[in-house]
Amino acid sequence: MCGIAGLIHRRKTGDIGREMTSMLQSLKHRGPDSTGFALYGKPKSDELVMRFKVAEQEEMNKGFDIHDQVKQRKAEVNRRLEELGAKIVEEEPATEYAFRYRMKYDGDRRKLADYIEDVDGAEILSLGHGLELIKDLGDAGRVANQYSLSSFSGTHAIGHTRMATESDVDIRSAHPYWAYPFADVSVVHNGQLTNYWNGRRALERRGHRFMSNCDSELIAVYLADKMEQGAELEDAMRDSIEELDGVFTYLVATSDSLGMAKDTMAAKPMVLYEGDDFIGLASEEVAIRSVFPHEINTFDPYEGEVRVWKSHA
Amino acid sequence: MKQHISHEMGMHTEQLAGRTQQRFFSPEEEENFVYPGSFDVDFNKRTELDAGPLDAKQINLKLRELMSQGYGTIVLKNPGAKHGVAVGILNRLQLYIEGSLGYFGCGLIDGPNIRIKGRVGWSCGENMMAGTIIVEKNAGSTFGAALRGGDLVCLGDVGARTGIDMKGGTIIVGGRTGAFSGFMMQRGRMVVLGDAGKNLGDSMYDGTIYVGGKIADLGVDAVPGEMTDLDVAWLNRKLKLYGLETPNGVENMTKIVAGKKLWNYDNLEPSEKKIVL
Repeated sequence: MCGIAGLIHRRKTGDIGREMTSMLQSLKHRGPDSTGFALYGKPKSDELVMRFKVAEQEEMNKGFDIHDQVKQRKAEVNRRLEELGAKIVEEEPATEYAFRYRMKYDGDRRKLADYIEDVDGAEILSLGHGLELIKDLGDAGRVANQYSLSSFSGTHAIGHTRMATESDVDIRSAHPYWAYPFADVSVVHNGQLTNYWNGRRALERRGHRFMSNCDSELIAVYLADKMEQGAELEDAMRDSIEELDGVFTYLVATSDSLGMAKDTMAAKPMVLYEGDDFIGLASEEVAIRSVFPHEINTFDPYEGEVRVWKSHA
Repeated sequence: MKQHISHEMGMHTEQLAGRTQQRFFSPEEEENFVYPGSFDVDFNKRTELDAGPLDAKQINLKLRELMSQGYGTIVLKNPGAKHGVAVGILNRLQLYIEGSLGYFGCGLIDGPNIRIKGRVGWSCGENMMAGTIIVEKNAGSTFGAALRGGDLVCLGDVGARTGIDMKGGTIIVGGRTGAFSGFMMQRGRMVVLGDAGKNLGDSMYDGTIYVGGKIADLGVDAVPGEMTDLDVAWLNRKLKLYGLETPNGVENMTKIVAGKKLWNYDNLEPSEKKIVL
């Protein structure tokens, strides 16, 4: 059991950091192992924001050398960025092992991602113009405090509280997943995919990389692959209903859109509030209520349903 | 004859209110029967409870405390879509819930009449034995799972697997219902005024489903049944109770029953069962 949540302001920006923290904290009982946020701030077309880590949180408590290793790994990341022609505009340490870089880079993003992730312990959590992906161990309140998310302003967000059932309790296995190498595409998922390995092997043969053994990552890479071939987001999601096997409800976000898809058995929960200016979705209504305490109309999307909302902010 | 038809329809289990377990006892025993955890309440004694600052356990304990003081009409305010609220109430009670409930709301009840002004999450009224629940907005999946008696009514739309494993009672849906509604239904009646999702009545053993709108498709061993005068009379009466109507008239609703082909394994010898199972 995991908890997922999503929100989108359709006409203006909002306090999405605070709102998503509140929603995910309400879903803590669905998964206390880790929490992740994909927040979409104001995009800058000439800049990329890269969120990455060079160690797992758990590693920081082990070994005498880890603190020096983290510094060395970060230095190596900087060297490789420079070598690829990326210009770092601003470096911001989120934690000792996780960082946020604003940078200018107009080269091949896949090449950049592969080269950076070749550094020992390094993983790019997100790379995009508006997307900032933050995930770590603990509940939403803890992660939001750790990464100072309460003041994050933007148009839309998705998030996840994880109960680890099929892979480890670490940042690597936490959601959301960035749809490498696509800028600004992220996914959260509640459920199990039963054709994970077949799907993964097929996508790996097409050149995609997987950073974890978590079945949810397959959805992100699957959608990225479809879009790389020219499919629109909604079409890619409709295909996923047919081609991904198992029970699932997932949320996907792009630079300006939020989408949800539910498997044909409707086996995993999702509650939807659809207002004129705000869309809220969550595994449980109590999460939406944490943002809208007054009485609102909510409903369950149906089996096989795919919905996409766009922000015009 | 009517009694026979009623039995065929599963209506012999119908009970609108009261405590279902009482009817299994002789009249003498019934007089002396006391349900553990139940209370004698006075409907004219009314109070309000603000659930806002309370968690589910505290809300349920407070409801019990109020019932033990004889309050028979309780207005529950600010439920905040919390889970497991108003469960295990085993006596008559008028409960008005001003807001929405989360999962497993009003489960395991036997007797109260509950009206919910908001929406309910998954498994509302699960294992309900008697009484009524009326949901004014929408409901999540597994609405009335394993329902045993009473009337469970949603005036809006409900999710998937409505009435899964229901063993009696009545579920009424004012709008549409999702896939696998009536899955493994064993007894009782389900009335859906709107459309029904795919695999309706899949693997149902018995019971009856009436649908006013379109049916995506029928599940395994669910087959159309013949609408009788008794069906029409019962539907008219039931819907009138809750102020509901179907635009095309109840006589034009589609009736779905069990084909009972899946019962074949019951005819097997024990040695044959071992092979099959």
